[in-house]
Amino acid sequence: MALLRVEHMTHYFGGLRAVSDYNLEMEPGQILGLIGPNGAGKTTVFNLLTGIYKPSEGRILLDGEEITGLAPHRIAARGLGRTFQNLCLWRHMTVLDHVRMAHYAKISYGLMGAFFGTAKRYRQEAEIERRSRDLLEQLGIGHLADQGVLNLPYGAQRRVEMARALAVEPKVLFLDEPTVGMTPEELEQMMDIIRQLHQRLGLAIFLIEHRLKMVMELCHRIQTLVFGEVIAEGSPVEIQGNPQVIEAYLGKETVE
Amino acid sequence: MSRTDPAVTVSRGLPVFMGRMLAGVPLLGWLLGFLVAVLIEQAVGEPLAQLVSLPKMPVLFGILTVSKVIAAIINTVFKDAAFDPAILIHVPAAIAYLTVVYLAPIVVVARISANIANRAAGAMNRWNLLLPAIVHLGLMYVVLHIWAGMSDYRLITLKITLIAVLLTLSLNIINGYMGEFSCSHPGFMAVGAYMSSLFTVGLFVDDRVLGNALMACSLDFLSFPLALIFGGICASAAALLVAIPSFKTRGDYLAIISLAFLFIIKSLFENLQALGGSRGIAGQPDWATLPVIFIVVGLGIWSINNFVTSTFGKALNAVRDDELAAEAMTVNTRKAKMTAFLVGAFWAGVAGGLLAHVLRYINPAMFGIQKLAEVLAMVYFGGLNSVYGSIVGAVSIGLLGEALRPLEILKWIIIPLLLILVMIYRPTGLVAFRDFDLREAMGPKTEPGQRK
Repeated sequence: MALLRVEHMTHYFGGLRAVSDYNLEMEPGQILGLIGPNGAGKTTVFNLLTGIYKPSEGRILLDGEEITGLAPHRIAARGLGRTFQNLCLWRHMTVLDHVRMAHYAKISYGLMGAFFGTAKRYRQEAEIERRSRDLLEQLGIGHLADQGVLNLPYGAQRRVEMARALAVEPKVLFLDEPTVGMTPEELEQMMDIIRQLHQRLGLAIFLIEHRLKMVMELCHRIQTLVFGEVIAEGSPVEIQGNPQVIEAYLGKETVE
Repeated sequence: MSRTDPAVTVSRGLPVFMGRMLAGVPLLGWLLGFLVAVLIEQAVGEPLAQLVSLPKMPVLFGILTVSKVIAAIINTVFKDAAFDPAILIHVPAAIAYLTVVYLAPIVVVARISANIANRAAGAMNRWNLLLPAIVHLGLMYVVLHIWAGMSDYRLITLKITLIAVLLTLSLNIINGYMGEFSCSHPGFMAVGAYMSSLFTVGLFVDDRVLGNALMACSLDFLSFPLALIFGGICASAAALLVAIPSFKTRGDYLAIISLAFLFIIKSLFENLQALGGSRGIAGQPDWATLPVIFIVVGLGIWSINNFVTSTFGKALNAVRDDELAAEAMTVNTRKAKMTAFLVGAFWAGVAGGLLAHVLRYINPAMFGIQKLAEVLAMVYFGGLNSVYGSIVGAVSIGLLGEALRPLEILKWIIIPLLLILVMIYRPTGLVAFRDFDLREAMGPKTEPGQRK
């Protein structure tokens, strides 16, 4: 059974059809790429799948259970972690607090524990802190744990977002242009991280990316989205040779 | 400037030297210093004041005395009032008194006891947190008790300041930690004040408005915590009414909705003849004594601090800084916001209940826009997102308001001016975004340059 399955998802913004009849079958451990020109609706697809928008039509199933229309925090807790295209970090919080926050759904000490500082609370918070530091260590930013996020270099901020998304313990990790604005070295590092995560955790990863080099090297399968419609789907090699994709990216060759 | 200039070295050197001397003093040492100071004042304060030709013991560390002199000068210049040059002597006298009674003993005792206090604090910190907390709070209470015991004016000022701390902190949860601009806090306070008064006056006191006592009992003061909790819960219920419509909006809109709510509450109490209308309720039993207020405010600070340092509480920061990201990271933002609002309102209601029983009368006019301005000033002056900040803000604005009272109208120029300066140079307040760590606050201090 597919891990993430989307059936005939369509979404309108007012009269504008932003996504039309989008289908997806994602297997566990698969890396899937979503490419397409600017404004094709890639981020909208992410926002629909993570519950920020409710699809006008269609169904989304995670592990066979329907998650269509659930609040975003519930969907996230079911196992969808994500990063954002334009870093959505919490500016006044430390790196460690970012990762701790993503454990929110797993806290069970309740409000009483929060107010009266019960032993259970301190036990759980200590456990959360341990796991968070672990995660930061794995992403190579353990030494930055107590820094405010605003002071960090861009590459490190990206990693914080990644660590935060992983703390949700996702079944599928959504990465929305994780390398945007990165230098070539940072790009290589980010690709390494994604590869490692995939190997070590066996995560299914859904990747929006503009840099074709990255998509071609990492992804098992690629969808091409143009004006809200999937015009091509297949392996990197198939996509590379697909005339429709080339047309969407480069335009049609016109002969005088 | 060359190094050999001795004047510069001394003028710069002295504060630095003092700073370095005192940096290693733990909270325990300062409390001991204060204890000695208030004991000295209790023993020789009055004769000493006469000795330096002050009419009576300065009640607020001499600031009040100085501002009275300034007020007299201003009156002479602008209103041609008669000026008695003899009062000029009060300024150096007040400073001398402050130095002899407070500054010198505090500094000396704090410095001398630093070593022992550090060792004691270190030893206690290895235990459960409860022991150092009890020792520190006990000592603090003793100091405040002796200090306030010397004049009724001090007692009431202290009580009102403590209540202001609780109120400020409760508003800080919403305006600071959650970052919404809520204006309905005096309204919640009013609900708490009225409902707890209804509880105590209605049940235990014969009253013109609320009728005869329903029950009488010699231990009725034991029900005071219940009255406060009742007031707090009613305030929370009122907050629910604001929260439901306003969470569909953010920013300016929430400010407007909550401001409107404040006016609704105020005019509701003005028109409810059953609750005394615009004349309010009077004759609350005198149950809000200093120890009661000290304990309630202490509990409030403790539980709020517990909350805001937990992951549940930090969720408010996440909601404030980026709500979408918070949702995507499994944070139930609606629940987080609702909790902040209800908890803020609860403690505001408790603060209102305390205030009602300190002043022993309440009327709707007390909970208007003026009160809102005051508590907002305390929050933003002291510092957003910080327990320290709320304490600093409430104490400094509260005491400043009292100390500058002789300046009359000028007070309303000086305090706002200060607020403007703080907003320019520290836009988030004096001590913003600082976690309040009890263990660290009560622990031993190391001197700079000395390894732990």
